[in-house]
Amino acid sequence: MKELNELIETCKNYAFDLNFTKAKEWKEAKKDRVLVGYMPIYFPREIIHAAGGMPVGIFGGGDNKQIIKGDAYYQSYICHIPRSIMEIALDKHMEHIDGFIFPSICDVIRNLSGVFKQQKIGKFVKYMDFPQNFLPEIGGVFYQQEMEHVLKYIKEINGKTPSTDELNHSISLYNRNRSLIEFIYKIRQEFPWRLSIEDVYNIVRAGTVIPVEEHNSILEEICEHIKENIGMPQDKIKVVVSGAFCEQPSLGLIRAIEEAGCYVVDDDYMLGSRMILGDIDASSNNPLEAIAHAYINQSQYSSSIYDVHNPKENRLAKIVKDRGADGVIFASASFCDPSLLDAPIFQNAFDKMGIRYIAFQYSENINQYKVIKEQVGTFSDSIKLWEDDTTVLA
Amino acid sequence: MAQEAQKEKSMILQKEMIEGLFNDLANAKELGKKVCYTFIPGNLSELIQTFDMLIVYPEINALQNAMRKKSGGYIKEAERNAHSEDVCTYVKCDVGMMMKGNIGPTGQKLPEPDVLLLSYTGCFTFMKWFETLKREYPNATVIMVHTPYQENAEITPEMTQYMVKQFKEEVIPKMEEVTGIKYDEAKLKRHLKLSAEAEDWITKIFDTTKHKPSPIDAYFAGVYYIGPINIGFRGTQKAVDYYKELYKEIQIRIEKGLGPITPEGEMKEEKYRLVVEGPPNWTSFREFWKIFYDMGAVIVASSYTKVGGVYDYGWRHNPDRPLETLAEYCMNCYTNMNIPQRIELLKKCIVDYKADGYVTNSIKSCNSFSAGQLGMMREIEDSLEVPVGFIESDLVDPRYFSYSNIKNRLESYFQMLEQRKKMEKETAAV
Ligand code: SF4
Ligand code: SF4
Repeated sequence: MKELNELIETCKNYAFDLNFTKAKEWKEAKKDRVLVGYMPIYFPREIIHAAGGMPVGIFGGGDNKQIIKGDAYYQSYICHIPRSIMEIALDKHMEHIDGFIFPSICDVIRNLSGVFKQQKIGKFVKYMDFPQNFLPEIGGVFYQQEMEHVLKYIKEINGKTPSTDELNHSISLYNRNRSLIEFIYKIRQEFPWRLSIEDVYNIVRAGTVIPVEEHNSILEEICEHIKENIGMPQDKIKVVVSGAFCEQPSLGLIRAIEEAGCYVVDDDYMLGSRMILGDIDASSNNPLEAIAHAYINQSQYSSSIYDVHNPKENRLAKIVKDRGADGVIFASASFCDPSLLDAPIFQNAFDKMGIRYIAFQYSENINQYKVIKEQVGTFSDSIKLWEDDTTVLA
Repeated sequence: MAQEAQKEKSMILQKEMIEGLFNDLANAKELGKKVCYTFIPGNLSELIQTFDMLIVYPEINALQNAMRKKSGGYIKEAERNAHSEDVCTYVKCDVGMMMKGNIGPTGQKLPEPDVLLLSYTGCFTFMKWFETLKREYPNATVIMVHTPYQENAEITPEMTQYMVKQFKEEVIPKMEEVTGIKYDEAKLKRHLKLSAEAEDWITKIFDTTKHKPSPIDAYFAGVYYIGPINIGFRGTQKAVDYYKELYKEIQIRIEKGLGPITPEGEMKEEKYRLVVEGPPNWTSFREFWKIFYDMGAVIVASSYTKVGGVYDYGWRHNPDRPLETLAEYCMNCYTNMNIPQRIELLKKCIVDYKADGYVTNSIKSCNSFSAGQLGMMREIEDSLEVPVGFIESDLVDPRYFSYSNIKNRLESYFQMLEQRKKMEKETAAV
């Protein structure tokens, strides 16, 4: 078994490789392999895997990519991620990626799919419309048609149609992946000092750009390590970070939150990898239907899913409670409509529920966050000071 | 000083229609009518009328409030309550208005919704907006209609079926439940027939800009013209009558060789013909328009007038396929078209209406329109070699309308157009 540090370092290198080298190597190792890039938040990666492809998560350039060309495509009052994705594309970092999926999350990502089409980037570009109707016979059927559309594109490239067994096999691999990630979060809920949130982030993000089989074995080793009583507890409060599901905060900012006195016991940074709660049925005769039903019935709440029948504020409050968190940090990418429009809904509800929170905005390319760090530090101090207050959920 | 706007019969008709609508809304309870809140793009006007409901369009309230200089205060009110500075200002204006007692733009109180019908066409913010409203009006029945995006520049039978199933299994039963009225397909068909008629007229009206000089402005005046068809009258005889009257008036202008009517009277000389992409600014609408007409610029087509439906390619509501046609209508609104489709449509307008230039008014808080506009502009410039102009403003937030910036930019743009015209004349003379 490899050392924990070594595993984390490997993950970090994968996670932030804007050339997607690992995916490229995987593709070149065998004929007819296909790479499919997908944007945040969620995409059913299982179907790509089953069709002989590898899904590749594209989460922007962070603070590692200087933006020159991308700015010419986006006005200053649009979030940062579409310009950094354009920059990566125009700088030909994604030449080996065959097609691109833009999941329905907001108008910016949606329109970015059109810009990719216009620029003729990739062999196919698909905006994937997730159903907002949650009846299996309506929304579920539509979702299956959307998945079939993706599979048709892949077939045009490699001639392959996945069998039921192949789809079920892929589902079981991703079930394993999700349960290992959840295991890490479970351990951290009680022993957050065993692995920092920065490490968790690197580990989970790496899984979006390497084969799932390899990620699963890395996760298995990591889980073994953190079962041990490692690290030293520190006097920090526990928080949940919410709102950072698309454009990603820089690694420095993710680290700064913990350094400023908050153990992050849950977050939505890499929401897509954790979107489905529990397993998808891996023994069905109709695996696409199983995936669709899981999306409809077992999804985590998200800004991109219409929620009035299952209010998101209650669901986030439940996460806070279940994780034993002391409060919430609302972190929104600047100009991120879905996150910013959700904020008042959460905050008004939390004021009533007595859940403490702070809110700030960031941009993926900003690596100066002194003010945020101070704000988080003050939040942590104030909670520690008032920890006897009965309104705090613990 | 600006002169009083000239009033034609169609304007009076429209004024009466709108006043009537707000009066009915103020008296909804007394009239025993249920109230449905919904949005313009993808509005299911005919279906709502089939159930005898009155309609509130939150965007219309927001823009009317902006024109009456009330939006700034409402937006600040929303921002004091955790709403970000950087999101759609329509939402904040609406939320602020609600917080201050839900007094509509005409000064009458708006009724609470019985139904929140989210047809969710072409914009994610609509979804967030109604999530917010649902929390304010917990007793309202929520009806969500998911309109698939034309991501592949097409409406497939699967997309239509998905919507039809939603109508059949969710929308119609819920409307029946709220109103106590049984779904009457014959009635719906009658409304759809009238819709198609109004759509024919409005297409003819916007087509009159082919004339030189153009008898109408298809953006600044165009937003008034789309009023009836967009705000609940589509599917009624009133709308048909209004458009017939308007068309008649425009014909007279064409016969007389007249240009468009502006708030300061007739535009005397048509110097530049433009196509505009993006919504207008509402807080300084008159000043904004004036910059154009003072320079002799007339807008011969605009994308904004297509948010409530794109009729340019011949699509009409079809009473023979009532639910399918409603589905197609929703999917066929401008912001539900993908970027290459939007480019094609704008290019068609530039060519068909012989425009000299293309101007983007980029709205700070509307990602649905704005994200992708720069690439669209470049492609239009490259493929048609038409001079492009770019300005930035906002819909209803007065803080983001900088008169001098916009004026300076447009003046330089008009100089560029002037130069281009000169060069073309010189080349033609050689
Ligand atoms: S950061 Fe927010 S606004 Fe930007 S693309 Fe992502 S979800 Fe959309
Ligand atoms: S974002 Fe744009 S399209 Fe959406 S509601 Fe606001 S103004 Fe309308």
